[in-house]
Amino acid sequence: MKSMKTILGATATLALTAGVAAADPAIIFDLGGKFDKSFNEAGFNGAERWANETGGKYLEIELQSEAQREQALRRFAETGANPVITMGFAMSTPLSEVAPDYPDTTFVTIDGYAPLPNVLNVGFAEHEGSYLVGMMAALASESNTVGFIGGMDIPLIRKFACGYSEGVKAVNADAMVISNMTGTTPAAWNDPVKGSELTKAQIAQGADIVYAAAGGTGVGVLQTAADEGILSIGVDSNQNYLHPGKVLTSMMKRVDVAVYDSMKAGESLEAGFRAMDLAHMGVGYAMDEHNASLVSADMQAAVDAAAAAIIAGDLVVHDYTSDDSCPSLQF
Amino acid sequence: MDFLTLIQVLDSTLRLATPLLLACLAGLYSERAGIFDIGLEGKMLVAAMFAGAVAAVSGNVWMGLLAGIAASMSLSALHGIASITFRGNQLISGVAINFLAAGMTVLVAQSWFGQGGRTPSLMGGGRFDGIELPFAIGPKDAALSDLSVTKLIEQAGPIQQVYSELISGHTILVYVALLCVPATWWLLFRTRFGLRLRAVGEAPEAVDTAGVSVVGLRFAAVAICGVLCGVAGAYLATGLQAGFVKDMTAGRGFIALAALIFAKWRPWYALSATLLFGLLQAIAVRFQNIEIGGFVIPVQFTESLPYILTVVILAGFVGKAIPPRAGGEPYVKEN
Repeated sequence: MKSMKTILGATATLALTAGVAAADPAIIFDLGGKFDKSFNEAGFNGAERWANETGGKYLEIELQSEAQREQALRRFAETGANPVITMGFAMSTPLSEVAPDYPDTTFVTIDGYAPLPNVLNVGFAEHEGSYLVGMMAALASESNTVGFIGGMDIPLIRKFACGYSEGVKAVNADAMVISNMTGTTPAAWNDPVKGSELTKAQIAQGADIVYAAAGGTGVGVLQTAADEGILSIGVDSNQNYLHPGKVLTSMMKRVDVAVYDSMKAGESLEAGFRAMDLAHMGVGYAMDEHNASLVSADMQAAVDAAAAAIIAGDLVVHDYTSDDSCPSLQF
Repeated sequence: MDFLTLIQVLDSTLRLATPLLLACLAGLYSERAGIFDIGLEGKMLVAAMFAGAVAAVSGNVWMGLLAGIAASMSLSALHGIASITFRGNQLISGVAINFLAAGMTVLVAQSWFGQGGRTPSLMGGGRFDGIELPFAIGPKDAALSDLSVTKLIEQAGPIQQVYSELISGHTILVYVALLCVPATWWLLFRTRFGLRLRAVGEAPEAVDTAGVSVVGLRFAAVAICGVLCGVAGAYLATGLQAGFVKDMTAGRGFIALAALIFAKWRPWYALSATLLFGLLQAIAVRFQNIEIGGFVIPVQFTESLPYILTVVILAGFVGKAIPPRAGGEPYVKEN
């Protein structure tokens, strides 16, 4: 009996040390779900790449409701997961409350903002990437009218819209940008039917290129654009393949790189701020075989020149979130 | 606002109102028979998922439609068994159906296609295409000339604009939904079945005394509700969209319920209520903020108007909405 206890005790200790030593990273996907073909899916791809390369394991959860945010954070922190990666701007508040309670855990917020000693804030320069695809839209447009369809009306999405319109106006100051938001609740990320109607309304107003930054709603936008014979621009992940020859390009947000790097650094990940801008290859536009025929060499040269100017600091794209206004677009 | 813009908004209204109208009529049958149904949303969602999935697998949109109707009817049967046979609380059963549908659709679609809870994009025969009525401007004319359909309609005369933009070019389900309104009116108010169905929602004991099965009638009403919700869901996934996406009903089942109250449980009123709600949505889609004489109406206000109007009606400011008397109460036979 005594030896039995010892063995049991020993295994328990072993299991405990194994749990601590491994310290698997954890990732919390936002309400859009990890297969949204966009933002969350990019994060999932980064995590999968890390798992395949290192053979490591990671913990994950797809949030189903707002109430689960804090719960999921605490659960992962208490399991000993390190780092804990959170996706989406909505994690800012729960993170600010939970992170001080677990000083030994490093948290990562992608798109969120929580200036705490154990939080790494990864911020993307969406306005720079959107500027580039905006230029491309203006160069490809024949009607000189282009559209933007956002998901939920939040400052982050306005940042996309503003950068896009800046890019359009840089090429053609007379071009018109029609901007619509799908809604003001999280349901706006998953309403492709409304996305379709918005696209049709923009086409009726003369738009011949439409840029969707709207999560699952974007599926409806891209579909309707393809059906109605106009071009669309995808977002976050490379969405060119969804409708080959009908998607002009995609504004790539390298969420996968941010997640991959954070997981790779593991427990030694340092808190602070990380800017994922053009210079750091954090954003960009997608070129592949599906859109090669749509983008001429001249267009690409013009966009690449602007990208070089932004990286060099000669060109500053207005960031909506810096002053909550946009010089070239009314909301 | 020019004439063509108005027509385009009305065209959008018709598309947006169709799923609302079908769901509203579905709720009308059920509630007229005394079975409250807040599970319209869930049934539409399940129908959308199965319609999208079967249409994608078989490549035939009609198979998809049938699958959607079958899926929606099975949830209707569940609601019927829980609230008619076992006399459970109808609201709780409806809520349970909504939750079941929200979770199950994503789970089934994920394990079936592995595309993250959505169904593959539909091509060709997997979708309902718009029907081009004779002499209307459509894709065929656009193919003959260099211009797009939008441009061709822009150049046409006002009557042709109304005909081509507003009346022609919708999928068959839109016309079916519109025909359902007179059909429902005729069935409920001009047939013996309809009289009994309405009676079962007002005074089931009277129907029972007459020797007609209350349970049978209520199940029939719930089944019709399932069929209509199935068509509504299939329209979302295969008519308006090219596949199912998680939570794609986006609250339309609840707006349909609001429209049902707004319509005071009457078919023709249901048509005008859903068209009004569709119009409000279409306006919100087309114009973000409306400026009237220096005063800006924010888009959020337009979007919430359906709910505000329903509350106004319920509060008795404009007419009175009286639900069927025996609604929500399971029928217990007297001994």
